[in-house]
Formats: sequence, C-alpha cells, structure tokens
Amino acid sequence: MSKKESTFLNMVLTLVIVASVAAFTLASIYNVTKGPIAEAREAAKQLAISQVVPDFDELITKKFKEFDGNDSLEFNLAYKNNELVGIAVATYTNRGFSGAIRAMAGFYPDGVIYDVVHLEHAETPGLGDKIEKSKSDWSDQFIGFDPSEKSLIFEDGDVDEITAATITAVAYCDAINRAYQTFMENREEIIRLSSPGAEAQDSADNEDNELITQKEGE
Amino acid sequence: MGNLKIFTRAFIKENPVFILLLGLCPALGVTTSAGNGLGMGLATTFVLVMSNIVVSIIKSQIPNKVRIPSFIVVIASFVTIVSLVMEAFMPALFDALGLFIPLIVVNCLVMGRAEAFASKNNTFKAIIDGMGMGLGFTLALTLLGGLREILGAGAIFGLTIFEGDGMLVFVLAPGAFIGLGYLIAINNILKKTTEN
Repeated sequence: MSKKESTFLNMVLTLVIVASVAAFTLASIYNVTKGPIAEAREAAKQLAISQVVPDFDELITKKFKEFDGNDSLEFNLAYKNNELVGIAVATYTNRGFSGAIRAMAGFYPDGVIYDVVHLEHAETPGLGDKIEKSKSDWSDQFIGFDPSEKSLIFEDGDVDEITAATITAVAYCDAINRAYQTFMENREEIIRLSSPGAEAQDSADNEDNELITQKEGE
Repeated sequence: MGNLKIFTRAFIKENPVFILLLGLCPALGVTTSAGNGLGMGLATTFVLVMSNIVVSIIKSQIPNKVRIPSFIVVIASFVTIVSLVMEAFMPALFDALGLFIPLIVVNCLVMGRAEAFASKNNTFKAIIDGMGMGLGFTLALTLLGGLREILGAGAIFGLTIFEGDGMLVFVLAPGAFIGLGYLIAINNILKKTTEN
C-alpha cells in the first residue's frame, strides 16, 4: 500500500478532512446526548434536594446574591401545604484540596441544618472523599447542627475533622457556611420573594412589564 | 505473528505498564482503588480499540508528516465521545470515572499503539492488538489499585477486609510508585520463569 506523498496540498487537505469529520461526529453526538445529560444533572439535583429538606409538595427555585461576593447561590425553598418547611441551598467552595467542591446544604426555616450532601468534588479517594455519605458518616454530624450556637468556621473547633484530610473538612465547612451566611443575611427577603404567593405576584408584574414594553415598541 | 500471540503477549511479556512502561500517568494517578483502576482500564481499552480501528483504516491516506496530529484528533474525538455518552446514559459510572476520562487523551499508550502497531498492520490485527493491550493495561491498573486499596484502606472493591486504618502512604502518590515498583519486579520474575 503506497503512502500519500507529504506535499503541502496533501497535508493541508488531510488535516482539513480529518478535523471536519471529527468536528461533525462530535457535534452530532453532542446533540444526541445534550438532553439526557441535562436530565441526569437535573435528576441528581432533585435527589440531593429531597435528601436535605423535609417532605415537601412544592418547590420554588430562586437565585440570590451571596454574602461575600458577586456570584449568586441557588435557593430551593420547599413548601408543604403552603408552609415553608426547608431551604436547600446549592453551595460551593473553592478551597478544596483539588479544586471546587459543590454541595447541597439543607436548612430549617430558622437556620438549623437539616442535612448536607455533596454534589461534586475531586478530593483524594480514600481520604477527602469521606465527605460523601456513602463513604463515611462524617457529614452526619451536620444533622441538627445549629450554626447560631456552634460555629461553622472549622478553626473554631465545633466541627470534627477528617483524619489526614483537614483541608477537605475546612473547605466543606466553608461551603456550608457560605450557604448559611447568605441565607441568614437576607432571610426575610429570601422567604418573602420566594413564597408561593410572591411567585404569582411576580408573574403578574412581568405581564404588566411586557404590556408596557409592547406599548413603547409601538 | 499469530493473532493469539498478539493478544496474549500484552499480559505478561509486553504488558504496557509493567514492561513497556507506557501510560504511567493514569496508572499512578487513578489507581487509589481496584474499582477505579478497573474502570479506567476498560475506558482506555474502548478508546484504544476504536482508535486502532480508525487509524488502521485511514493509514494509507495520511501523509507521513501529518500523521501524529491526525492520530491525536482521532483519539481525542473518541475520548470526548466516551465522556459524553457515559455522562448521558451511565451517570452513576460517570460520577466515579468522569474525572479520569479526559486523562485518556494524554495516555501515551493509545498514541503509542496507533503509531507503532495500527499504522503498520491491517484492521483485524489492530483490533486484536488494541484489545490485548487494553486488557493488559486494565489488568495492571486493577492489580495496582487492588494492592493500594488493600494496604491503604483495608478493603478491596469497596468491601472491608480488615478494620482500622491502613498504611496511609499507599493511598497517597508515593504508594503508587512503591506499589508499581514491586509489581514490576514480580512481573520480571514471572517472565523469567515462563521463559525458562
């Protein structure tokens, strides 16, 4: 079998063809998998929420600006019979041993922790991955933890550490604390804006706005 | 070389990790447990077989001077495909392995086999070679992962063998080097006895 000559035209053509075929294949596969990937992520999120708040029949999701930065955290307020029973906050920290850790922290309306589960992390397997519920009961210590009495700042000593993975433990506390501080700072506002009534009010406002913009458009 | 020989030589005589010392980055990095090693090995095997097939088909159409970039595009495409498909249809497996999938692309084993074998042999032989090398790689990673998991965490495939703390060093990076060193030594002894 004779190889193609390495002329300039041959080389350019080959690379263009190889790259285009690869790009086309990847684009089609991405299109096929886009939906299922989004569904799988949503399912994982819903599962995490149901683990960190009491039984609920209505969930309202809103984003609020976090207490010490410009980013925002996603608050999922869980209602049962129109009464607020728990708040699940999708929180994160950048202080992990290997990059960011994302977690879902659940609170009772008064700020006491219901439970916390991790969503994503890249901590050392065998050491830092003890933050996972399936690997260790370490994170069970947060069940019923009252941050107004005990401190979520790891260095204050109220949280047990993970042997040989102190950085991970510190980071996980930082993530929970971020959710707690953000929640407590704007507790009234978050609850007011996210109550089932406010939702209806909001959409009514939006409709009004749309009418106004339409008029301006004319 | 017979087809069976192409397949079996990858396990002991030309094991990619123990003898050729190819693909050491994932071999050392992800083998903190037997399960991780097995998963990484199988994912690599798939990419290896697929890229070997494509490379052996297009080999005569690729001018020599641009063969390396062309092979890299082929390999990277398959790695991305594995990553996307796994996240979409096997989210549980992706949770455990997602981190390691992009690492396959920098695995010189895949590139090495494309360059050294698939670009010189026909498709059928390239498939056999990809499977042999991939499974040899899987075997090595599972062994190393198992060794580190038993010594470091007192468990195998997540099942506890003995209670209490294991030797921490085996979970951390130095344990990978120590474990690999001993496994290479054992493999050399095995190789000598089979030759005699």
